[in-house]
Amino acid sequence: MKRRDFLNYSGLGAAGMFLQGMPMVGNIISAEEALNPGADTAKKKQMADVALNAARSKGATYADVRIGRYLNQFTVTREDKVQNIVNTESYGLGIRVIANGSWGFAATDQLDNDSIAKAAAMAVSIAKENARLLKEPVQLAPQKGYGEVSWKTPIEKNAFEVPIKEKVDLLLGVNDAAMKAGANYITSLLFLVNEQKYFASTDGSYIDQDIHRIWPAFFVTKIDAATGKFETRNSLSAPSGMGWEYMSAKPADKIKSVTTLYRNSYDMLEDAKLAGQQAGDKLKAKSVEPGKYDLILDPSHLWLTIHESVGHPTELDRVLGYEANFAGTSFLTLDKWQSKKFNFGNKLVNIKADRLQPGSLGAMGYDDEGVKCGQWDIIKDGILVNYQTIRDQAHILGLNASQGCCYADSWSSVQFQRMPNISLQPGKEKKSIDDLIKNVEKGIYIIGDGSFSIDQQRYNFQFGGQLFYEIKNGKIAGMLKDVAYQSNTQEFWNSVGAIADASDYRLGGAFGDGKGQPPQSNSVSHGSATTHFKNANVINTARKIG
Amino acid sequence: MPFLTEEQAKALMTKVLSYSKADECEVNLSFSDGGNIRYARNAVSTSGAIGQSSLVVSSAYGKKLGVATINEFDDASLEKVVRRAEELAHLAPENPEYMPMLGPQVYAAPTKTFEPATAAIDAKFRADATQQSLKVSEDNKLVAAGYLENSAGFNAMMNSHGLFAYNTSTNVNFSVTLRSPDGKGSGYATKGYTNVAQLDVAAATRVAAQKAAASVDARALEPGKYTVILEPAAGVVLLEYIGQGMDARSTDEGRSFLSKPGGASKLGEKLMDERVTIYSDPANSILPTSVWTGDGRPQEKVTWVDKGVIKNLSYSRYWAEKKKVKAVPGPDAFIMDGGNQTLEQLIASMEKGILVTRLWYIRMVDPQSLLLTGLTRDGTFYIENGKIKFPVKNFRFNESPVIMLNNLDALGIPERVVSGESFQHAVVPPMRIRDFTFSSLSDAI
Repeated sequence: MKRRDFLNYSGLGAAGMFLQGMPMVGNIISAEEALNPGADTAKKKQMADVALNAARSKGATYADVRIGRYLNQFTVTREDKVQNIVNTESYGLGIRVIANGSWGFAATDQLDNDSIAKAAAMAVSIAKENARLLKEPVQLAPQKGYGEVSWKTPIEKNAFEVPIKEKVDLLLGVNDAAMKAGANYITSLLFLVNEQKYFASTDGSYIDQDIHRIWPAFFVTKIDAATGKFETRNSLSAPSGMGWEYMSAKPADKIKSVTTLYRNSYDMLEDAKLAGQQAGDKLKAKSVEPGKYDLILDPSHLWLTIHESVGHPTELDRVLGYEANFAGTSFLTLDKWQSKKFNFGNKLVNIKADRLQPGSLGAMGYDDEGVKCGQWDIIKDGILVNYQTIRDQAHILGLNASQGCCYADSWSSVQFQRMPNISLQPGKEKKSIDDLIKNVEKGIYIIGDGSFSIDQQRYNFQFGGQLFYEIKNGKIAGMLKDVAYQSNTQEFWNSVGAIADASDYRLGGAFGDGKGQPPQSNSVSHGSATTHFKNANVINTARKIG
Repeated sequence: MPFLTEEQAKALMTKVLSYSKADECEVNLSFSDGGNIRYARNAVSTSGAIGQSSLVVSSAYGKKLGVATINEFDDASLEKVVRRAEELAHLAPENPEYMPMLGPQVYAAPTKTFEPATAAIDAKFRADATQQSLKVSEDNKLVAAGYLENSAGFNAMMNSHGLFAYNTSTNVNFSVTLRSPDGKGSGYATKGYTNVAQLDVAAATRVAAQKAAASVDARALEPGKYTVILEPAAGVVLLEYIGQGMDARSTDEGRSFLSKPGGASKLGEKLMDERVTIYSDPANSILPTSVWTGDGRPQEKVTWVDKGVIKNLSYSRYWAEKKKVKAVPGPDAFIMDGGNQTLEQLIASMEKGILVTRLWYIRMVDPQSLLLTGLTRDGTFYIENGKIKFPVKNFRFNESPVIMLNNLDALGIPERVVSGESFQHAVVPPMRIRDFTFSSLSDAI
């Protein structure tokens, strides 16, 4: 079924636009079947060895195989109705080889020995066909085999085990809370992911991983019947690398600001009630006067600006030109890194890549080419110091090991360089959100992510948000609407005035970041504390038609 | 599962339905086989082949629906998937918006959505095509990154009320970006066809090469309102927001650019220049599409915007019944009428303005006005007295396609184009637009 048809006929149509880029291919199963353990590691090792041996016998000099069982669960409601409950399972094997110095890849969902060997042979034949179009053979950074190892997301409660009825009751309660608070419409959803991945390579690794992610979200609309104007307010949740525990809000995880902000757990009911009220407040809010403003950006908003303006331009495949035909290249060319003095931002700006961060979407033990995950600096005291690499790129940076940034969104997709968690480090001085606001004469406090757009080299961007509050002489002076800011990445990160301390540090994230041809989806978190940016260009987005 | 003929698909689905014990049962069967090749830095990078087939069974008891899918086709698996759909239906909550399955439908004669030549594409064909593209790149001393993908397959459906539908399709998409080695120039071309015989990879790459060479050393112009010519690859990514925005329910609910106060809609109102006519037509010879939709409804020719007037909205079956109107499904592809001028003639008759060859990273800023933002990319040029004078630096724009289509100056000859954002195909003319709003400059090349 075409993806669009799947969205339309599964009741995900309305929510579908928020799930852009998600892999949807899979078999629909029951909630109980999703709890079946799947093949054991002995069986998976046997299948992997069939693939690796077949590849070697056909002439591969390197091979890796991924046996993946990808489980998704969507629970979607609108107002007082259940739209749909869908469980999907996608199970198969992908084999990647190097033959005659070239990559080849093939995948199959038929997991008998003959079909696996046939896929391996197909991968080798594609590699050999393409070898004539190579400039230089693939160079892999050395990687020792780990033997048989495993890794699991450290969840407290598997969200797939929670009865559907409990989820439906929660979402209908959320909808009711928003409607009682004034919303006209609300769509709410719970999206669960469990990736059960088995990786094996001719280096001697057999890696079994069990990765969990959860995303609760809602989308509220409020209409002014008299004027026909409407406003929306989306949830302030963060998609997380957690289990059901994310849905049990702990009082210590709540930050009271102009609205409640959430740290490592989420109160969906409370946020929905606030959203119902705030969508109404937005209708009455003052339309922003365009001009220069200081910005106070909440982590629920800033994660997306970090993602687009720091995460993407530091992807080495973009820097080198591998994404030139679609996602684009990068302004952070190698000469800027080699100079060791390129001021990406000012001295307050420290940004780390981290594939281990607990609760994050990008946390995993090993990447999809069998490299143990870690943490490293990307921007140090404002200077560009590193990129994100995989095994066939490491030599370009003079590294003798990959940084573990290889990922595929399915067993049927070929793995390539994807973004790890990329996070702005909190300020070293003790500072709260209020401390930041009180130092702003004329500014806007922005919460939640909204419209976003950035050029193909990641210079010029424009971002909206969910909630906008005017700051006058150090105080919140009421709500604004029709706000978007435009800036240039380097100017923006050199305009940082202050960053709140670690007590305000929170994660946000993207459940379905798209890249590649054919496009693949990646999940990634970005942490930050509330940050003050000086003198940004704010535009008014209101227009009149017909 | 192999590529089934209509008779084979019918036999398989009849067997599936014979296992059903539900009030209603519907079967959707799909198969696709294809491959892709990707290249960058003037060499191949990744490529792959993937075949997929899927059988979707929907079983209903009253207003309770269960859906299950499977990709194994032996008798035991077929019966298993029907039982699973029935179990899920028993467990499902009643859906107040459930619509009974359709009875037999009358579809128009099949359109030419399948070409054997496209179905025959193999790894060698893809590698040969890549080699042709790389040769153009190297001959012009440029650096190429490109992508070619092909697919062939069928879709079929049948239900317990006697509906049956079958369609085959092929597709080939090619896109390429050529850049100067110093990164100061960039050009793009994209082509998509049902029939691969129409695809000339070398010719498309030469267009990208010409743009890459011509875009070196771009000058900065002040942001502001300009008369622009949008090539079809640039226009389609804005127009498709109108094509996707014709949904009646969100309009009636008051949350669309077509909504009016108090639950009214702009249906029947003139919103755009009278030269704007947008329609969908499965039988269109340039872009043939299926004569039926994924839920079994006939896909007919529908005019969405007629001489600037909003003429039709798309309906789900539930919403159409509630509103007591015909359940017109949304389009598979849209076509915009144009004029008789070539792109070159549109340029030649332009006093001054900007030629935009591609727009990128389009996002909705305000659904109320359909305000969109995004940037120019891969070749933007200043035109004066009918001639391209020099390349200009890229701009960010903030513009609504509704406002844009009110500021229409001239239309050229429509052509089939692939959206670089949604990857959907459409037929779109080059457009000359007055007062297009560029809001800032970008250093990106």
